[in-house]
Amino acid sequence: MARLIRTEKEVEGRFEEVWLVVEEDPLEQWPAGPLAVVGRPAERKTGAERARGEARFTADLQLPGMLHAALLRSPHAHARVRRIDLAPALALPGVRAAIGPGEANGLVDEAGFAGAPVAAVAADTFAQARRALGAVEVEWELLEAVLDPDDAVAREQLTQPPRRYERGDADRALAEADVVVEATYRTASVLHNSLETHQAVCEWAGDTLTVHISTQYIWGVREEIADALGMPQDKVRVVCEFMGGGFGSKNSPDEHTFAAAELARRTGRPVRCMLTRREEHVAAGNRNATIQRLTVGARNDGTIVALAGEFTNAVGWSGWSASTEGPMKMLYACDNVRTVTHGAKLNTPPMKAFRAPGFVEGTFGLECLIDELAARLDVDPLELRRRNYAHSNDGTPFSSKNLAECYRLAEKHWERRHEVRARSDATTKYGVGMASQIWYGGGGPPSYAWARVGSDGRAAIVTAMQDIGTGTRTAMAQIAAEELGLPLASVDVVLGDSARGPYASISAGSSTTPSMGPAVRAAAADAKRQILEIAAQRYERGEAELDIRGGEVVGDGFSVPIEEVVGLLESGQILGKGARGPNPAGMSVLTFGVQVAEAAVDVETGEVRVLRVAAIHDVGRIVNPLGAASQVEGGIIQGVGHTLSEQRLLDPETGRVLTTSLDAYRMPTIADVPEIVSEFVDVPDEHLTSLGSKGLGEPPIIPVAAAIANAIRDATGADVHELPISREEMLRALEAAKRKERRGAPAAV
Amino acid sequence: MPEVRLVVNGEEHAVDAPVGTSLAAVLREHLGLTGTKIACNEGHCGACTVQVDGVPRLSCITLAHAVDGEVTTIEGLREHPLVDAFVRADAVQCGFCTPGQIVSAAALVADVPEPTREEIRHRMAGNICRCGTYPKIEEAILSWRD
Repeated sequence: MARLIRTEKEVEGRFEEVWLVVEEDPLEQWPAGPLAVVGRPAERKTGAERARGEARFTADLQLPGMLHAALLRSPHAHARVRRIDLAPALALPGVRAAIGPGEANGLVDEAGFAGAPVAAVAADTFAQARRALGAVEVEWELLEAVLDPDDAVAREQLTQPPRRYERGDADRALAEADVVVEATYRTASVLHNSLETHQAVCEWAGDTLTVHISTQYIWGVREEIADALGMPQDKVRVVCEFMGGGFGSKNSPDEHTFAAAELARRTGRPVRCMLTRREEHVAAGNRNATIQRLTVGARNDGTIVALAGEFTNAVGWSGWSASTEGPMKMLYACDNVRTVTHGAKLNTPPMKAFRAPGFVEGTFGLECLIDELAARLDVDPLELRRRNYAHSNDGTPFSSKNLAECYRLAEKHWERRHEVRARSDATTKYGVGMASQIWYGGGGPPSYAWARVGSDGRAAIVTAMQDIGTGTRTAMAQIAAEELGLPLASVDVVLGDSARGPYASISAGSSTTPSMGPAVRAAAADAKRQILEIAAQRYERGEAELDIRGGEVVGDGFSVPIEEVVGLLESGQILGKGARGPNPAGMSVLTFGVQVAEAAVDVETGEVRVLRVAAIHDVGRIVNPLGAASQVEGGIIQGVGHTLSEQRLLDPETGRVLTTSLDAYRMPTIADVPEIVSEFVDVPDEHLTSLGSKGLGEPPIIPVAAAIANAIRDATGADVHELPISREEMLRALEAAKRKERRGAPAAV
Repeated sequence: MPEVRLVVNGEEHAVDAPVGTSLAAVLREHLGLTGTKIACNEGHCGACTVQVDGVPRLSCITLAHAVDGEVTTIEGLREHPLVDAFVRADAVQCGFCTPGQIVSAAALVADVPEPTREEIRHRMAGNICRCGTYPKIEEAILSWRD
């Protein structure tokens, strides 16, 4: 019977209550450790297609008669379109349609940032469309632009009311503390830079709109477009089989998709709207800059008695104020915590979620502050973290937490610091630093999957999820193969099309594996049950004695290949269905970890090199150790970029993005990569789901910057307070450390 | 329109395209060879890498009419052992940069069959991977003949 329940849903640290139907009894948790397929390294499904250039991305789609659209963007940080004339553009060769403010979602008449889209043109070629943009005549009314986050907060120009949190009495605890450390940290705005730029191809057939889109959320795109166009959701088909990276920036359709849909409607032809790399840097989202004014109070024995923070998120013209204060609230046991978070509404490009939004920035501030406290107290930073270990989330139990085990596994990397420091000479200083990680990543319902087993003994998992490059397609195949007792090679996953599969989770918030995995397992279990029932009847065996292993239905001294059992049905198939159940009530589902970084600082030039990062994460059961290591490496490498070189710069006068190309915005190359060691506490979360896995997409990027900054302090005694740690920032921190030393204060451990 | 004559993966092609059309556009739009990706279209990221007479070339900033050698794209390297090596090592995440990586790597191992880590880092630094598969790419190239 279908049971209707109320449950909590979390995405990127934002919670909501939802209704959920539960039909199946939960499956029993698999034993910990490597099983037949799950927990063993697996090569990526469709890896060869991607490597051979056969995988068809949205960018590769060429439909007959397809037009190309381009967006006209505001050159001003804040301006109103007083008058717009599209006619001169429409008169140019190849131009088929043009739309202006209000004619598609996202095309606005008040441009809130330099780069805000106001009009769109469709033409036979992309070059013609781009050229036509220049012919559109716009009369602008310039409005006042606010570009400074502190200025915006002072004027109460905010994206949402300030978010305040308090437990205990932070003021009193700070007054009574033996030691108080205060510092202000700043993080820069950084860009996602997925290699496939944001794009969509829209095509109408009758009253159905097909949207090919590079997206992280097929079903979210479907819903948003249907809502915007006033259509039934089933009349919008969203397709994304392969996509070239998102990192949080591709969770919604955005104006390029709405413009393509409208231009396709007007012309009766398919329309592609693809952002250029330069547009990507201006208007496709960013990790917003932050300012974090933090205070910690502790007793001489290292007990943290108070934490306080005033956080400003430089959100931009729209977007949301992410939980930069989250780590301060949750990472340590501390009775007195007070935070206030301001979301500054600015005339700058809007933020979008970027791989653990808020927590990447907040962990940099908090974990640097903790190490500054350790230096002041002359306590080992690892020991300080252990002394303040949180055993509950302010009274709410964790569904599982193995951070203590992460710390234990980190010891061997931490102990290298004596040998690493000893490499220092007059100009190059070496050091080791650490930082802890906390984040969500439990996923949740709803999510569904179907399983199809044919008479050839092969299985297909069908679900309209997306694999954004994280390897979830492979993980789902492993889970199905494990449950069905089939070799991995006998299982495929059919995904990426809302018309050809049930609803599936967003691929954001480290949620795909924990959301989809249990649904896939349940679907496979449903199919397996049917196969065993059939085998029991056909071969006159007790159902309970039967199982499927290695593609054989086996019992007491009995073994029949699965293709023989399902083969009885000839063209018939076994169909299973499965759903993701609720998250455990009354528990905090979180991921944990610690990273230990080794860095070298040239104290004359301020050059910082990251030499080695050891990462130990606790995300429950690991489905594919090979893919998991890739996720960790990728997160750390992005984190190294955020820490040392990446920064979206704005012209402070005009608010225009200065770093519009990939030579100005510097991402790590293969030559910048440190040695990376990844380890896991591979223990299933027995409370979460029958799979026991949490997500891993985001955790590895979270502690990187703080671990590197703390390694720099260990090497030089300098307190870095800004990301990226440019040479200027490094030299400033070194100079400040020298001044502090001259004043007689202890500079470092 | 002026004709472009190209030899691509051993086959001769004649394509009508305006002067100024990039090699990447001709490959992708006229010849349907979409394995070559365009990610920045201004020569900064390496996703569009092809070989011209065995030398890596950024096809997005190469004028099709000016190509004066034989072009090899990922479609011509599908049976190269590097493809398997990349899959084995998990040097493929989203896969958008991967064809360009393999085209560059194929040119590298043709020159230096057993490159050192340093050589790999030097020769592959023009191919950006935002997913961060770099350690696996290094491993794939080190083990390409296994």
